[in-house]
Amino acid sequence: MSYVYAGYGITLASIGAYAAWVLWRGRALTKDRS
Amino acid sequence: VSEPVVSGGIVSERARRGTGSALTLSLGVAAFASLAATVALGLGLPRTIEQGDYSKLIAIHPGIAWASYVAFGVTALASALWLWPRTRSLTWDLLAGASAEVGALFTALTLVTGSIWGRPTWGVWWVWDARLTLSALMLALELGYLALRRVPSDAEARGRRSAVAGLLAVTVVPVNHFAVEWWRTLHQGRSLTQVTPNNSLDGQFIFAMTVGFLAMTLVYAWLTAHRLRIARLEEDVVDDDLDSALAARRREAVTA
Repeated sequence: MSYVYAGYGITLASIGAYAAWVLWRGRALTKDRS
Repeated sequence: VSEPVVSGGIVSERARRGTGSALTLSLGVAAFASLAATVALGLGLPRTIEQGDYSKLIAIHPGIAWASYVAFGVTALASALWLWPRTRSLTWDLLAGASAEVGALFTALTLVTGSIWGRPTWGVWWVWDARLTLSALMLALELGYLALRRVPSDAEARGRRSAVAGLLAVTVVPVNHFAVEWWRTLHQGRSLTQVTPNNSLDGQFIFAMTVGFLAMTLVYAWLTAHRLRIARLEEDVVDDDLDSALAARRREAVTA
């Protein structure tokens, strides 16, 4: 199962990290504009 | 109605409004819910005689690869719309770039999850067969495309060369998709052929894989919408900086 957990874990972590970055970056730019 | 390629006014107004809306919120909720369902369905799949637990990866790997294809397609479509004079708009150029960046993430994940699946079933992390090599080429093309977009230039020049690159890059997608039929490869046949009445997969696996396709498509769409919003805001900042610099030079000229 370790390969399965690795596949799911890396996928969720990568998507989660990128999603967090786009939300943070969007919020930071919006704050700069206001 | 086409909008100017570079227009601080129009872009600024759109940036202030942003793309955050009830639609993107709904999209995000749907993406999260379908992703959670994919994980639950995938990890809940039974062991198979051929692959044991490793077949559980069918819920995510084909869907991720599909999303990378969609990203290439959207980049190419937006590039074509930018090149067509009647539809030319800064938005298409920014959408092409946003889609390519999210696509690079999904292509990289395709390679990683495929490699993780390949190691216990094929015995190797990597082999230079047609499908894997073309997938690696897709990632290289996306990274090259993103690098090309960062070459300093005005929006017009960036839009033109990016659009041409985006249209050329998409040609690798159909070749990659049919690679498993055109050449002898270690990779199995096309996953999409399993989502038909003549499939050889159990219904439970097909259902999990189909939910995975939906989830990754929604996640791609949600991430791209937010990445496009960032690109618009960044364009806005550049326009404002340029306006400020021009105003400062004018003040210098008046006082001199």
